[in-house]
Amino acid sequence: MLSIKNLRASINGKEILRGINLEIRPGEVHAIMGPNGTGKSTLASVIAGRDIFEIEEGEIIFRGKNLLEMPVEDRASEGIFLSFQYPVEIPGVSITNFMRTAVNEQRKYHGLDPMPANEFLAKMEEKKRMLDIHAKLANRSVNEGFSGGEKKKNEIFQLAMLEPALAILDETDSGLDIDALKVVANGVNKLRRPDNAFLVITHYQRLLDYIVPDIVHVLFDGRIVRSGGKELAMELEEKGYEWIRAEA
Amino acid sequence: MEGITTNYNTKETLIRLFGENRPEELPAMARLREQAMEAFVQNGFPHTKLEKWRNTDLSRSLNHAFIFPLEPASDGTEPEDIFRCDVPGFNTHMVSLLNGRVIDQGNTLPQAAEGVIVCSMAEAFEKYKDLIERHYAKYAGFGDNAMIALNTAFARDGVFIFIPDNVEVSRIVQTVNLIHSTEPVFVQPRNLVIMGRNSSLRLVMCDDSVDNNVGFINSVSEFVLAENARLDHYKLQNKNDHSALINNSAFHLEAGANLSTSAISLNGGLIRNETRVLLNGRSSHADVLGAYLMDRHQHIDNQVFIDHAVSDCTSNELFKGILDDSASGVFNGHILVRKDAQRTNAYQNNKNILISDKAVIDTKPFLEIYADDVKCSHGATVGQLDAEAMFYLRSRGISASNARMLLMYAFVAEIVNRISIPELRERIDDLVKKRLRGELSVCDQCVLHCNSREQKIAFDIDMSKI
Repeated sequence: MLSIKNLRASINGKEILRGINLEIRPGEVHAIMGPNGTGKSTLASVIAGRDIFEIEEGEIIFRGKNLLEMPVEDRASEGIFLSFQYPVEIPGVSITNFMRTAVNEQRKYHGLDPMPANEFLAKMEEKKRMLDIHAKLANRSVNEGFSGGEKKKNEIFQLAMLEPALAILDETDSGLDIDALKVVANGVNKLRRPDNAFLVITHYQRLLDYIVPDIVHVLFDGRIVRSGGKELAMELEEKGYEWIRAEA
Repeated sequence: MEGITTNYNTKETLIRLFGENRPEELPAMARLREQAMEAFVQNGFPHTKLEKWRNTDLSRSLNHAFIFPLEPASDGTEPEDIFRCDVPGFNTHMVSLLNGRVIDQGNTLPQAAEGVIVCSMAEAFEKYKDLIERHYAKYAGFGDNAMIALNTAFARDGVFIFIPDNVEVSRIVQTVNLIHSTEPVFVQPRNLVIMGRNSSLRLVMCDDSVDNNVGFINSVSEFVLAENARLDHYKLQNKNDHSALINNSAFHLEAGANLSTSAISLNGGLIRNETRVLLNGRSSHADVLGAYLMDRHQHIDNQVFIDHAVSDCTSNELFKGILDDSASGVFNGHILVRKDAQRTNAYQNNKNILISDKAVIDTKPFLEIYADDVKCSHGATVGQLDAEAMFYLRSRGISASNARMLLMYAFVAEIVNRISIPELRERIDDLVKKRLRGELSVCDQCVLHCNSREQKIAFDIDMSKI
């Protein structure tokens, strides 16, 4: 589904990603772990299309298409979703309008008519129920005045509404208490299907107790230095990143 | 003319016109006109060497061979022939002005029996001399304002509203100020609104063009709110790019009076709104709000002066605007808190988004405080659309152009959402969306279809509330 080959990216002349190789197949959950400042969030941003990074080399092929040639919004319509580490507050734009615009623009991209209003509202209700979100979202401005937990739940809600093929969760566990973490993780687990995939970026192993990965990668200094099964996460938790640093 | 270079000497023309067209009227009124004309002759049209006009240059707007209609048009043009207000369910009591003269459409306000008067100023000058004598030209002083002086010298017509004590006017009053002329036209409407104790009024004043011809409007409106009166006032401005609109509004509030005034400027070659609020009685309150969406070479200038003359009053100013292309804007907010105005609470803010490198805003908050127990704050921001927010919206599949529009809309929504008349709020919300999509033209409400053009729909985004 996603194939990254020898990806090198820099910002302001400073190389952050120094040759990333990654293969993700449908139905898989991949975790990327690593110390702060090794390029985890940069990788997420580059896949989603944030243009502050320079791509020096390499390719990202997603379902047969070259992502690096696409604007951000087309990547989203092709099925990439980024759950932000710091979701942006947008006063004045209601969540309903935001999601309806997004859903309909993605439908337009695929040559479909806009979703009828009643169908859209029913879908919103269904996803809220599924994710145990009780707050009255509809008329609130996007993320405005939300707590850290509410912002992350709102990211998962958007994920559920947009049904992407590949969801990248960038440090979704940061700033969450254990209850919010469970809600978020349960939501992700309910959204897992044989035809979609998840890339979970996290600093801590804690989230992976709830979202169990198939493959764990360790990112260090802009490269994936180690990949393995879920037991690799346990090992990291025990030994700390110093162990990897020593090996790298 | 001092500091103004034009091929046509509009000032001299006006001086000659003043001498040749003296209406028959009371000596007091004639004296007032003479004093006003003297003030105008002395000062001339405002020019950019004056601090208050530094960033608004009238010379281009004045450089036309104007006609100055002082008498009612005799060609029998009916406002319905050229304009329709298409606010669905917006059942207002409408007063139309064509080139500065009220067109009598035979409408009667349902509450006329309770003593409410809505008529033309021309009629009021004749019929309500005592009210005119007590209130006319008492609030909009012309000593330091050449445009008010000029208006006062020439004023013939406009809208007159009187509400007796304890009467709440249930129907919204709407004035539509239309300019329609094949030649460049210079008009000077004059409005007076007198509100009794505990009375209330909702008033919507629209300035529209129905063609693309040159028009210069120098309008003056005076509002006096007696104790505990409540006025909900809106200015809706959608003028063509060849028009200049100078709008002086003076509000006088007595104790406990409550004013909310909003200026929504959607289009216009040059618009200057000068709003003066005198909080003259304890516990009076004023909200002064504005939103402007300017592009091409349009120019918007909002000047607000709030005079806290007595204690325990509150005022709240918020102006938000978006400027694109080579548009320019000015905001000048002046709050004066006089020595005895203790426990004043005054808030002022001006926020701007500049879309292009060529767009300019000059914003100047100014607090002048002589009392010691006051709460005042002011702020001004100028920025671009938030790049993080743009990325966030686009990462959900929303195109860059629609993401821009959503953010611009959201920025202005803070003002639009404060409109307390639901039908008007929806309509203005709609106009703002159309404006941001590039679909709003001054021809929208015109039924002449003189130069109707195919309108390109840039977005098929539906942002309506569901």
